[in-house]
Amino acid sequence: MSESLRNDGRVWVPKKKGDTRRPNDIPESERDYYLERRYPSFGNLVPRDVASRAAKEVCDEGRGVGPGGHGVYLDFADAIARLGLDNVREKYGNLFEIYERITGDDAYRVPMRIYPAPHYTMGGLWVDYHLMSTIPGLFVAGEANFSDQGANRLGASALMQGLSDGYFIIPATVPDYVATAKPEKVDTSHAAFREAEEDVRRRTDTLLKVDGRRTVDSFHRELGRLMWDNCGMARSDASLRRALAKIPELREEFHRNVRVLGTGEELNQALEKAGRVADFLELAELMCLDALHRAESCGGHFRVESQTAEGEARRDDANFCYGAAWEWAGQGQPPALHKEPLAFEYVHLAQRSYK
Amino acid sequence: MKLSLRIWRQKDRNTPGRFVSYEVDGVTPDMSFLEMLDVLNEDLTTRGEEPVAFEHDCREGICGSCGFLIDGVPHGPRRHTTVCQLHMRFFKGGDSLTLEPWRARAFPVVRDLVVDRSAFDRIIQAGGYISAPTGSAPDANAILVPKEAADTAFDAAACIGCGACVASCPNAAAMLFTAAKVAHLNSLPQGQPERDERTLNMVAAMGREVFGTCSNHGECEAVCPKGIPLEFIAALNRDVIRAAFRRRREPLHVIGAAQHPAHEDVCESNSAQKESST
Ligand code: SF4
Ligand code: FES
Repeated sequence: MSESLRNDGRVWVPKKKGDTRRPNDIPESERDYYLERRYPSFGNLVPRDVASRAAKEVCDEGRGVGPGGHGVYLDFADAIARLGLDNVREKYGNLFEIYERITGDDAYRVPMRIYPAPHYTMGGLWVDYHLMSTIPGLFVAGEANFSDQGANRLGASALMQGLSDGYFIIPATVPDYVATAKPEKVDTSHAAFREAEEDVRRRTDTLLKVDGRRTVDSFHRELGRLMWDNCGMARSDASLRRALAKIPELREEFHRNVRVLGTGEELNQALEKAGRVADFLELAELMCLDALHRAESCGGHFRVESQTAEGEARRDDANFCYGAAWEWAGQGQPPALHKEPLAFEYVHLAQRSYK
Repeated sequence: MKLSLRIWRQKDRNTPGRFVSYEVDGVTPDMSFLEMLDVLNEDLTTRGEEPVAFEHDCREGICGSCGFLIDGVPHGPRRHTTVCQLHMRFFKGGDSLTLEPWRARAFPVVRDLVVDRSAFDRIIQAGGYISAPTGSAPDANAILVPKEAADTAFDAAACIGCGACVASCPNAAAMLFTAAKVAHLNSLPQGQPERDERTLNMVAAMGREVFGTCSNHGECEAVCPKGIPLEFIAALNRDVIRAAFRRRREPLHVIGAAQHPAHEDVCESNSAQKESST
């Protein structure tokens, strides 16, 4: 569900472990509004990394709700009492409808059940101040680039970056490039084109020829699980090393044992997906490598070794106050790290506190 | 639970298609319809048969990628629900269902349940934009938007471009879609500079595609997963007349463009397409 729901919804779980009563049968005194309890001044409005971790913690304690225990309640009863049903409907009607379609529950009457899930990767392609990538003339706008998102994504950030890049930067920098670049005339007979075409053909043929025993989806799922368990909301040196050991094995099996039927001549969704999962296998490894090298906690990157006495993320500004840009060094080569120092002119670094 | 499916299989645009029957087992009530097809496809792949092609992306009813006919009804039996949001709890074990792609000449089959909806893109290209100053930050609230206009625009913008309206229409007309796209920007102050141009250009673009002509059946509204109401079509007709007068163009010229593909022609080709299964 959208995070905007936390503007008015209250998050809670039962105080007791394994409480299977229906939410509306659990009296106030037996509910733990854990965000309000832990963060009295921000309450349900803490940033998403903090809210996600807290949800994970209460579920790990065995207080999660719903089948499987991976859920916390997001309750609108108070908002409805305070603002009236119509106002809540007006603000969040479309989201309540999505929820109803998925679960069959009416969230105006019973609390929603939510759980954090990966949504975007933070970071993106390296660009310069003009939003141009390392390939001259290739501009990257919006969340596909790394420029505005830091260690955290905040609400509506996809929209925000789309607007700021689209309104303020690209309209100046792309025309500037077009006006000053002197492109030679090229067509599809150019050697670079033929090389790229040959590359794609080789890649496609390789995937089609494997004819192994496992579906693309099964690899995708296994990789997802691996990342969820080892490079998820909380990661450690050990879990990241585990993932870094397993991903190459999985990638090796993928290229030896994937089954993609059909040809590359017509629409072939399994082939498209196979290409993407092959990319995910590379990206997943890079994400783990990056997470392993950053031995501090920062935003959504929570290293269990680096936390305060209260279990909050502890940054290490002396050693990690930089953005990490990883350069692709070629097939089979470890990527090269470029550190982009972060300079703070007006707002100075401090330990976050939402208490 | 276990279901029997009759699914339209077609290799590409030029190869004739046909229905093939499948059994799918291990379906649970909390799966979505597309997840049920994922299960089928895993099974087909394991058995060495090519999986069924169907479009999907967000799987939460907001992108407009998904859509096919379930027993002749676009997006299946639930009101205001895309197939990706349709859950298997509404079906029971032993059900047999027929799945086929949108049937309209303007939407040729690409493969199996996937059709080419680029005709919609060309309509949007003709007028789905506004002029906006860029480069420096505009003052906040420099343009005031009446609440009613914002609400109308939002309702129109709910159209996800899925094409169910065309698939349900006996004329295969694209009026509800075009009306929603025109109304989205025409309702807002930001959309006023190009308002007339937009209306005429989008209607003309619709006329250039092989959609049929609206004869107010209302099937589109009945199947639209986003509840786009017929009123937007009435508003579009008003806007066409308004634009024609204000720009001192001949209204007949514009309406003629929209009606260009003869009504009978499109109807016939639709039913012919169903029979001959191409
Ligand atoms: S009007 Fe409704 S049915 Fe037609 S394309 Fe838009 S959302 Fe789909
Ligand atoms: S997959 Fe996006 S609307 Fe169905």
